[in-house]
Amino acid sequence: MSEHTYGDRLAIREALQQFGRLNRPVAELADETDLFSVGFTSHATVNVMLAIEDALGIEFPDELLNRSTFVSIEALASAIEISRGQA
Amino acid sequence: MSERFAARAAAVAAVAAKYADEVDSDARPPLEAVEALKQQRLLSVSVPTQYGGEGATMRELSDIATTIGAADANAGMVFAMHHSQALILWRHGSLAGVRTTMRKVLEEEWLLGSATTERGIGGDARRSNCALEYPAPGRVKVVKDAPVISYAEASDAILVTGRVNVDAPDSDQRMVICPKGEFHLEKTGTWQALGLRGTASDSFILTAETSDDMLLDDDYGTISAHTALPTAHLLWSSVWLGIASSAAEQARSTVRRQARAAIGFPPPGQLRLAELMVDLQSFADTVRHSAEHFDRVAGDPTALGSISFALSMNAVKVTSANAVVDLVLKALRIVGIAGYRTDTPQSLSRQVRDALGAPIQINNDRLLTNNAPLALMAKVDL
Repeated sequence: MSEHTYGDRLAIREALQQFGRLNRPVAELADETDLFSVGFTSHATVNVMLAIEDALGIEFPDELLNRSTFVSIEALASAIEISRGQA
Repeated sequence: MSERFAARAAAVAAVAAKYADEVDSDARPPLEAVEALKQQRLLSVSVPTQYGGEGATMRELSDIATTIGAADANAGMVFAMHHSQALILWRHGSLAGVRTTMRKVLEEEWLLGSATTERGIGGDARRSNCALEYPAPGRVKVVKDAPVISYAEASDAILVTGRVNVDAPDSDQRMVICPKGEFHLEKTGTWQALGLRGTASDSFILTAETSDDMLLDDDYGTISAHTALPTAHLLWSSVWLGIASSAAEQARSTVRRQARAAIGFPPPGQLRLAELMVDLQSFADTVRHSAEHFDRVAGDPTALGSISFALSMNAVKVTSANAVVDLVLKALRIVGIAGYRTDTPQSLSRQVRDALGAPIQINNDRLLTNNAPLALMAKVDL
């Protein structure tokens, strides 16, 4: 767990709430919930990605831009950690 | 990209990128990238396995050329030109001196240059004014007034064409390897060009005398058709693909930044970017497919000598040269003013200027003129 963990997860949940177009409220989801099982689509991932990048001032590297990065809040949080490491 | 050489190509690209702007503004050869190529043993990478090398295929060379070309087109071009000469050594040579040169490439990462154009022949490398002379038994001598010899002063050996003897017609050419220490260069002009400024394609009078076992076996017409021309076209095209991809990356990064500023309202550049990606994909498919075509027929003299092969190798050059210009200009539109400026991290100044040489260096119109009579005789291979 890094110093950013809490803020990162907040930013992820915020982005999902605003742009995720999920069929359940984000507050009800666990960090491990499979987002694609609650209505997340590959089209919606783009805006979620942009919102997270904008909120945290990071940029996901190309090698992380695949489905497994967006599968859960947990997965997104670790992708953010990796992105920070590369900046 | 194929995995075998990806890490080593990326290491060279990192060095090339670091010095790219300096190489461009000073119009000097990318010496740091050349050193990195040697360290990564990428100058010997095409030496066949039966001679102890790694036997990189044309497809693999194409991938490496693109990776390096995306970082610095000058360094990519040096890699490309070196390998189109290196392949000649074992595809067309068997004499002791030629074999020694191959071992120098393999063991000491020799950099090979070439002197094929000459003043007074109108840019046609398939004709020579200069002639090989044989001043003593076992010796061969040549003096060539060359309007361009790329990275001549950094070369460990230069492959030179000339008429087979003083009585031969201008198209009856042979090629001889002139190793360092046995050639002398008198500079008659410097390369000050809009782009690809770091290839250091200066003008020289080259004087060389060497042992006659440095002669290639085949006449230059065969070397040109089977190896020099197709591999140069393929590897140059691979470098241009690198230029186009780096411009497209800048465009993608710009649109992504704009998209972040107003999420849910795609910026106008997004559609243009989608179009650019389609063009880039089709450009890449053309280049890689053609490289694999060469690999399939590389050992088949009948196929290499066929009209349809000549047409297809000219086609990939013409197509790629047009594509790179088109793509960098489209990318420039997307990146906008930050790309047009020369002092921004987003500047596309080098990519635009480097790309503009593509349809001119070996002019597309010359290739089309060469294709024109052939086009009456052969259908396009589909």
